[in-house]
Amino acid sequence: MVKRLHIKVPSRAGKGDVIRLMTKLNHPMESGWRQSHDGQLRPRDLVGEFTCLFNGKEVFRAELDSGTASDPYLSFHVRVEESGVFLFQWGGAGDERYEAEARVEVR
Amino acid sequence: MLNRRDILSLFAALAAAGLPLGGLMGSARAAPRDARKHLAEITGGIKPKKGRITITLPKVTDQGDFVPLRVAVESPMSEVDHVKAIHIVAERNPTPAVASFYLSRAIGKAEVSTRIRLVKTQVVVAVAEMSDGSLFLGKARCKISTGAGGCG
Repeated sequence: MVKRLHIKVPSRAGKGDVIRLMTKLNHPMESGWRQSHDGQLRPRDLVGEFTCLFNGKEVFRAELDSGTASDPYLSFHVRVEESGVFLFQWGGAGDERYEAEARVEVR
Repeated sequence: MLNRRDILSLFAALAAAGLPLGGLMGSARAAPRDARKHLAEITGGIKPKKGRITITLPKVTDQGDFVPLRVAVESPMSEVDHVKAIHIVAERNPTPAVASFYLSRAIGKAEVSTRIRLVKTQVVVAVAEMSDGSLFLGKARCKISTGAGGCG
């Protein structure tokens, strides 16, 4: 199976540091604007909701509409005060769900 | 005699009554008017202030379906003063709403990067909601040098 969800989280950080997190999902994000060869509009297929949780608490959320490029990519910053696990969740209108988690050691 | 203001208020009244104006105009044809409507929904009548927002977009690109965008808001991100949300609107896209980012106080730095689609040369607007309820607005223009843009 093709790896769809990519995340990048530093494994170590200092207390109170602002770290950069990146995530990318391999997905066509069909906008619903495009036509196929027979002139029919291709149906929308978006994975439009992204949530990042740190130790079970939401730190960042994004709602992406059709103006987002395919293979959606997000980069954002989080200040870490304690060690913990980042959980990245992508979800679409259907039952598409993608999850990945990464641990950061804070000292 | 109808002047421009009357016509606009008529449209607003029709839209408020739930008439399918979008259907009449064709769903794949959005005008800056839709973007203004969307912006009005975001701002909720509060007049946004200028400044504090930096949008980084390429000045010219030939890949409208893949435009790197970075939005940064100047904010200490403290308990009393932080950014709650950032909304991105591309006014000449078929769907003006591009993305909304909701930040918590744990975000140490109000800076988000993503990649967006732009159908043609246009102005991209970012609205930042602050914790004290004020709004800030920033703009950036991106030229799409080929005809196809994000639709192709």
